[in-house]
Amino acid sequence: MIEAFNFPLSPFNFFSVSEFLQQLLNGVSLGAIYALIALGYTMVYGVLRFINFAHSDVFMVGAFIGYYMGKLVPEGTLWGGLGVLAVSMIGCAILGMTIERLAYRRLRSAPTLNVLITAIGVSLLLEYSGQVFFGAAPRNFPALFPVRNFAVGGLIVGSNQLIVIAVSVILMIVLQLIVYRTRIGTAMRAVSLNPKAAVLMGVNNDVVISFTFGLGSALAAAGGILYALNYPSIDPLMGVMPGLKAFVAAILGGIGNIPGAALGGLILGTVETFVSGSQWSTYKDAIAFAILIIILLFRPAGLLGRFTVEKV
Amino acid sequence: MIKVLRALVLPVAAACAIAASAQNPIKVGEFASLTGKEAAFGQSSHKGTLLAIEELNATGGALGRPFELITEDNQSKQGESATIAKKLISRDKIVALLGEVASGRSLEAAPIAQNARIPMISPSSTNPKVTEMGSYVFRVCFIDPLQGRLLAKFARSTLKAQRVALLTSVSSPYSVGLAKYFKEPFVEGGGEIIIEQKYSENDKDFKAQLTAIKPTKPDAVFVPGYYTEAALICKQARDLGIDVPIFGGDGWEAPQLIEIGGTAVEGTYYTTHYSPESTSAAVQKFVKDFRAKFAGETPDAMSALGYDSAMVLADAIKRAGTTDGPKVRDALAATKNYSGITGSITIDRQRNATKSAVVVTVKDGKFKFVETIAP
Repeated sequence: MIEAFNFPLSPFNFFSVSEFLQQLLNGVSLGAIYALIALGYTMVYGVLRFINFAHSDVFMVGAFIGYYMGKLVPEGTLWGGLGVLAVSMIGCAILGMTIERLAYRRLRSAPTLNVLITAIGVSLLLEYSGQVFFGAAPRNFPALFPVRNFAVGGLIVGSNQLIVIAVSVILMIVLQLIVYRTRIGTAMRAVSLNPKAAVLMGVNNDVVISFTFGLGSALAAAGGILYALNYPSIDPLMGVMPGLKAFVAAILGGIGNIPGAALGGLILGTVETFVSGSQWSTYKDAIAFAILIIILLFRPAGLLGRFTVEKV
Repeated sequence: MIKVLRALVLPVAAACAIAASAQNPIKVGEFASLTGKEAAFGQSSHKGTLLAIEELNATGGALGRPFELITEDNQSKQGESATIAKKLISRDKIVALLGEVASGRSLEAAPIAQNARIPMISPSSTNPKVTEMGSYVFRVCFIDPLQGRLLAKFARSTLKAQRVALLTSVSSPYSVGLAKYFKEPFVEGGGEIIIEQKYSENDKDFKAQLTAIKPTKPDAVFVPGYYTEAALICKQARDLGIDVPIFGGDGWEAPQLIEIGGTAVEGTYYTTHYSPESTSAAVQKFVKDFRAKFAGETPDAMSALGYDSAMVLADAIKRAGTTDGPKVRDALAATKNYSGITGSITIDRQRNATKSAVVVTVKDGKFKFVETIAP
C-alpha cells in the first residue's frame, strides 16, 4: 500500500482495493446529496425554464429546521431522526411554495432574466436573514440517527453514509413514481411540455407549479439534513457551495431531466472525492468543473438531456 | 468616544493618585479594538493591560512616577489606528505605545511610532511583518516560525511521532505558513512527513483526504488550521478509524472546537500562548487577581498577552532609568528571560519574543493543560 505513494506522477494513488472502495463509498454518499439538491433545480427548470437560485438556501433552512427540531427529540433514535426529517421536509415545502407565491408568480409572464435576478435576491435575503436569526457562527448539528461504524474488511462503513444513500434512493424512487404514476405528475409533465396547451386541457398551472416548488424544496430539506448529518457544522452560508455543485450536477445530467440530475450528482460527488484524495486535491473544484465543460462540449444538452425530449 | 475614554482613564487616574505622589505620570498609550468585530479580542487584551498598570501603580510605578494608561478605541476599523497613534504621540505625549491584537492594525500604527521614536509593543499580532516595520517595534507573543518549531519538538518528544501526516488548508496563509515552519525542523530532526493532503477554508468534507492518509499509518496527524475545520476533521478521522493523535496550533483555540468536535476531539492537542490551568504560581496569581477585578471572568490568552506587554514595557523603563524613547528601545531590545504570565520572554534580534508555548489537550469535554514547551 505504501509503495503506492512512490509514484508521484500518477494522478490517483488508489492501488489498494480497500482504499478505492472507501473513496467510492465516500464519493457516492456525497454524490447522493448533490443529486437530491439537483433534483429541485431540474424540476423547477422543467416546468418554468428558469434556475431557482434560492434553492441552495432552502437547503440551508432545511438543515436549521433539523437543528432546532433535533433538540426536541431524543438524540440517536431512528424514529426521532425520521420525524425530524419529515418535519423539515414539510417546513421547506411550505417555504418553497411561499417563495414561489410571493416572489415568482407575479413575474410569470416577465422575461426570464427578471425572474433570475429575483431568485438571486431571494437567495441573498435568505442567507442574510439566516445570519440575523441563526447567527453567523457555525453550529454543531446533533446526531439525529444512531451512529455506528461497521468494518467490512479494510472498509469502514458509517451508518450515516448508509442512511444518506438509503434515504436518497427511496426519495428518488418516490419522486419517479409521483411524476410518472400520479395525476399531478402527469399534469407536471404536461406543463413542462407546453404550458398553454396544459391550461387548455384543464390543468391548473398555478397548483402544478406550486406543487413542483414544494416537492423540490422538500428534497432540498432532506439533502440539507443528510449533509448536516455527515458534516455536522451548519451555518447560514452552508448552502452556497453544495448548491453550486448541485446546479452543475443538474446541467451535467441534462437540466430538466430527473434521472440525469441523479446521475450528474453521483458523477460529481465521486470525481470530487477521488481528486480530493489524490495529491491534486487543491484542484478538486477545477477538475470537477473542467469535466463539466468537456461533457458539455460533446453533449451540449447534458448526459441524458435531449433537446426534444419531454422535460419535467 | 470621548466619554468611553474618560470612563477608562478615570479609574487609572484614581489608582495613580493613591499609589504615587503628584509627580507627573509616565504616559503610556494604548490603541485597541474595544468595539467592532474583533471587540472580544480587543476587550480581553485591554483588560489584561489595565490590570498590569493597576498592579504597577500599587507597587509604586517606575522611576518614582505612576503610570497613566491612555486608551483609544479604533472600532476594529482600517485606517483608525494611524490617526490614533498620531494623536497619542503628538497631543498626549506618550512615552510608549501598546497595541494591537490584529496584525493589520498594528502595521498601520508601527511606522508612526517608528518615525516618532516611540517604542511600540504589540501584545498579540503574530504576522512576522509587524516587527519588520522598524527598530522601535516589538512584540511579546510568539510568531508562527517559532510556533512551528515548538510543535515539531512536541511531536517528536511528547508524542514520540516519527511519521507524521499533514492536512493543510491551502487557502489560509496561516495554515500554509505553520505547516512549512513545522515541516523544516521536524524533518531536520529525523522525522518524516509521509503524506501531505490539502483542503480549503469552508470545506466540510475531508473524508477523501483522510481516506488517503489512513493506509500510510502515520504516528500522528498535524492539522495547522482553524477550529471549525479542525473539529470536523477530527470527527471524520475518528469515523474512518484513524485513532492516532491529531494536533494543531493556536488556531484551534476556541470553545467551538469542543462544541462541534464533541468526543472526537478528545485526546487531541494544540499549542497556544498560555493556559489558565498552568501550575506556575505567577499564572495562578494572575488568574486570581483578574477574576477579582473583572467579576469572576477567567483571563484568556489575549488578556495574558495584554498584561505581559505592559509589564515588559515597565521592566524596560525601570532598567533604562528614563522614559527617553531611544533608551527605552535599547532596554526593550535587551529584554532577556523576563518571566511573564505567558512564559519566559527573551526579545531576539528581530524584536520578536522567543518564549515557550503551552500545550493543551481536550479531556472529558474540557481544555486541559499538558505541558510547557521551551524553545
